[in-house]
Amino acid sequence: MTQTTPKKGHTREAWSGQTAFLISAIGSAIGLGNIWRFPGVAYSNGGGAFLIPYVVALLLIGLPILLLDYAIGHSLRGSAPWALRRLARGGEYLGWFQVGVCFVILTYYAVVLAWAGRYALYSITEAWGADPQTFFVTDFLQVTETTAAFSLTPVAAVAIPLAIVWFVVVLITARGLTRGIELANRIFLPLLVVLFSAMVIRALFLPGALDGLNAFFTPQWSALGDPHVWLAAVAQIFYSLSVAFGIMLTYSSYLAPKSNLTGTGLVAGFANSSFEILAGIGVFSALGFMAYGQGVAVSDLEGLTGPILSFVTFPQIISMMPGGPLFGVLFFSSLTLAGVTSLLSLLQVVSGGLQDKFAFSPKKAALVMGVPATVISLIVFGTQSGLNALDVVDSFINNLGVVGSAIALTILAAVSGPRLEGLRQHLNSVSSIKIPKVWVLLVGVVAPVALSLMMGSAIIDYVRGGYGGFPTDYLAVFGWGSVGAALTFAVVVTLLPWRNDRPERVSRVAAEADRQLRGEKR
Amino acid sequence: MSGIAIVTMVCTLAIIWGGLIGSIVALRVLPGPAAGDVEPSGVEAE
Repeated sequence: MTQTTPKKGHTREAWSGQTAFLISAIGSAIGLGNIWRFPGVAYSNGGGAFLIPYVVALLLIGLPILLLDYAIGHSLRGSAPWALRRLARGGEYLGWFQVGVCFVILTYYAVVLAWAGRYALYSITEAWGADPQTFFVTDFLQVTETTAAFSLTPVAAVAIPLAIVWFVVVLITARGLTRGIELANRIFLPLLVVLFSAMVIRALFLPGALDGLNAFFTPQWSALGDPHVWLAAVAQIFYSLSVAFGIMLTYSSYLAPKSNLTGTGLVAGFANSSFEILAGIGVFSALGFMAYGQGVAVSDLEGLTGPILSFVTFPQIISMMPGGPLFGVLFFSSLTLAGVTSLLSLLQVVSGGLQDKFAFSPKKAALVMGVPATVISLIVFGTQSGLNALDVVDSFINNLGVVGSAIALTILAAVSGPRLEGLRQHLNSVSSIKIPKVWVLLVGVVAPVALSLMMGSAIIDYVRGGYGGFPTDYLAVFGWGSVGAALTFAVVVTLLPWRNDRPERVSRVAAEADRQLRGEKR
Repeated sequence: MSGIAIVTMVCTLAIIWGGLIGSIVALRVLPGPAAGDVEPSGVEAE
């Protein structure tokens, strides 16, 4: 281990209470994927039948890994690098890799918020006109047939709102945990629920809405025999809950020692899924209206997931309906709010790591992370080629970086002595709902096997067919390169000396937790 | 909507939203080492 230079007096922040943590954890879990990913994925993987593998994945993989994050963060009381360093020898590398993955994600996640914020304004005048697809790609993002795969030409319509997004989120993060992130979540999450519920209620009363719901919920039972459908359910739950890449681990490390971990974990997990179901109802009611207006079946519609759903299909729907501008403002404001609360949690992973290792204040950590993140975000994603870069980086960093991190975390926790059993005992020692022993099997065997299948499938696809028709060198830089950058970052920062004296000044609480993990008696 | 779609929707809402309501009730009602909110702690001094 490298020599440290102790710096006395550094203190860790903490949530003002368990409810604040719960609201922030739910705000983190509910993100863009709940609105634009889940409805389309469910529909194309068996409709109502998809909900069976979805619930199975939630109970057997999603919630168990969520509780693993909670147990590690809460018992070892530190950000990912600090907690994993204490969990196992060499664990700090994984901790900083998680920080690196979060940093990569937040550089492009902010761009989508900028798009959504801009579209909330565009909704007022329905600025996309009669052809939302051409407007989105050519007019708004300024992607043309002559646009190079990588362009440094800035797009003002994206870059200006992107700079505003960065200013706001860095400001919130700099205010610290309670006065910044907690306060923002206390405001934004209820607002999101109100706005999104209003949008769903409006959608339910549109003509054709029932046809949309019929398409969404009618089960295609044959899909249950397809292993890809089960993997799709695991992927949806995994990405949606934001587990195993530092977020929930970091958030739970700021909880007071006496906190109900399993109770809050179940509420957060089910709240996230409840919002997804609500999104499915709202999105498919609106799609049913669109199909009704065009005189086609819902199954004939295209662009049912991702940015195309939000920035092409929904503008079409908004233009077709009476009171469309208000509906558009509700939809895009919801998208923005859902994204902001998730972006803040990504920022806190990076900020928390910097604070723990280098004894930075929240303000200093926000600046050290925020300035380079803003620059990278503007240069790579705020330009004419931003859409290409976002598409590739998002695919690779999620399929390889996030899933790889999760596999490593579950294996690390399983093989490092009697850790999983110790973590289970920690969960049960502070929680009202007790975790059975099967949790050890789910986290130590079932989850890594399922996640390895996911990652293996993605790697085979990348190697055999590339991705999205992009040139190999482009994928090498932005795809494999983004994962490589996170790995390099992890190695370099791990080798830097600790400036915080916490390793030599282990708190009483952490020491007690450590004894429990090692199975030692008092 | 077809009958099977209605049944699927009702079952889904019962499981997912029922799970949410049930877990909130459990968090509030079940006695435990730390049932309810913990004491406000502000910045934790070590």
